[in-house]
Parts: sequence; structure tokens; C-alpha cells
Amino acid sequence: MAEHNGSGHAYHTESHSAAHDNHPDPEELRTFGFWIYLMTDVILFGTLFAAYIVLRGNTNGGPGPEELFQMGGIITSTFILLTSSFTSGLAVLAMHKGNRQALMGWLSVTALLGATFIVLEVREFIHLVHEGATIGTSAFLSAFFTLVGTHGLHVSLGLVWMIALIIQLAKHGITPVTKRKVNVISLFWHFLDVIWIFVFTIVYLMGVS
Amino acid sequence: MTQHEGTNPQAAGLHGSLKSYTLGFLFSIVLTIIPVAIVMNGWLEGAASSIVLMMAAVLQLVVQLIFFMHLREEKKPRYNLVTLILGLVILLVIVLGSMWIMLYNTVAT
Repeated sequence: MAEHNGSGHAYHTESHSAAHDNHPDPEELRTFGFWIYLMTDVILFGTLFAAYIVLRGNTNGGPGPEELFQMGGIITSTFILLTSSFTSGLAVLAMHKGNRQALMGWLSVTALLGATFIVLEVREFIHLVHEGATIGTSAFLSAFFTLVGTHGLHVSLGLVWMIALIIQLAKHGITPVTKRKVNVISLFWHFLDVIWIFVFTIVYLMGVS
Repeated sequence: MTQHEGTNPQAAGLHGSLKSYTLGFLFSIVLTIIPVAIVMNGWLEGAASSIVLMMAAVLQLVVQLIFFMHLREEKKPRYNLVTLILGLVILLVIVLGSMWIMLYNTVAT
């Protein structure tokens, strides 16, 4: 913090605007670009949440949330995702200590927890379909499968990405580029955890209460 | 040290400490257990339940932003915060706007 201000002062004597954008680090800009992507994802999930909230009462005579949701499994997967958000943070901490083994270890733990979450979600979907609650049964279920499925798809893509990153780290070690990638994926993972908290609250908890 | 500082000036790149991560994790767990307990035991009903549940979720969002995404450690100009606010404004307009419109939808009801 203090060092940044110091260099800002040095530039200040040259021109005022230079103090604001002294040597933009490309990796830093890429991280910010990813942050903007996350904000567009906020809007995407916003529209899906809006659709779900508006349509959740329209069950077309079919089963509603109270009959369908099995809260035991849902609460378990919530804590699994919460823990994985924490372990991805531990991975970033290990990276800043320069500990590649710990970094790869924590990323693997995070990926494993994410995979467990996906397995639980797929099992829930299979259970729902066996109960006769498919995506075409009612407007409520269409909105439900779209919202929860989109989140699950994000987590699945994150898993593929995380495994690719572990391989990259094994090959190249901790470089400025892999550092940025670890930072970005941990942001993505925290973001998915936040989205899930809202899915859990609005879809599941409010559905059964 | 200069090199170390220079590579992580953005909020997204700041890394916090084990203490802040553990604290954030504990807060998240507590903020998850409270709503679960409320719903499972049926302590609150109707609007009161919805308000408390949403408050817990929003608090957890704040916890994740501060303790895990290090939003408070960002330097000026705070582009991350500004884009986040823009995203949240659009989100609220979409969600609350849809709810408001559909609540007064006399065709569907």
C-alpha cells in the first residue's frame, strides 16, 4: 500500500493522469477482465432467478417444492461447496508462500469437493426425474432445472479448468501467468459458492418453509 | 518485496491471511446453519422467515466478498467495486422489476 503511494508520487511530478495508470500489469488487467465477466454472469443468474421467482407457483397440478426437495442431501452439498470455497482460498495462500506442492494439493482437494457436489446434484436430478418431475412437467420445474442446471454447468466447467490448471502447475510451476490463473479460478469458485448460497436460500429453503 | 507488491495490486490479486480465510469460513458456516435451523424447526413463518433468510444470504455474500475476494483491500481507483455495484444494480432491477410486474399481472391470475 505505502509503496504504491510512493511510486504514485514519483509519477505525480510528471503528469497527474500518470499517477492513476502507472505501468498497467497485463496479468492484473486480465484478472480485472475476468471480474467483468463475473459481473455479466451475475446478470445471467439474475434473469434465471427472476424467472424462477415468478414461475415457482405454477406447478400445473404437478409436484411442488415441499414434496420434491430432500433437504438432507441439499444441506450436505451446501457445506461441501462452502468448504471447497475455503480450500480454494488456502490454495491461493499456499501460492503466495511459493509452496507449489501445497498449492496443487489444495486445488486437488477443491476439485474433489466440487466433483462430490456435482455427483450429489446429478443424483438429485435423477431422483426428481424418477418421481416424474422433469423439465417439461411444469413452469416451476422448467425454471428450477434451468437455474440449478446452469449453476451445475458452471461448477463442472470450473472442474475441467481446475484440473487443466493443476497439470499446468505441475509442468511450469508458479509463474506470473499461472499465478494469475490461480487467482482467477479462485475468484470464480468463490463466485459460484455465492450463487449457490442464493440458490439454496431462494429455491430450497424458501421452497420448503 | 517491491516485486511481490507489484504483482498483486488489484483487489482480486490480494491474498489476505490464514486468519481472514478461517474467519470468513466460520462466518459462512454460522450464516448457513442459522437459516437451516430456522427452516427445519419452523421457528419463523411467512414474510418474517423470508426476510431473515435473505438477510443471512446477503450477509454471506458480504463475508465472501470481504474475506475471500478481498474487496476491501482494493486500491483506488476501485474498478472492481464499481463494476460490482453496476452488476448488482442491473441484478436488482431485473429481479425486483420482474417480481413487481408479475405481482400485478391481472391476466395470469
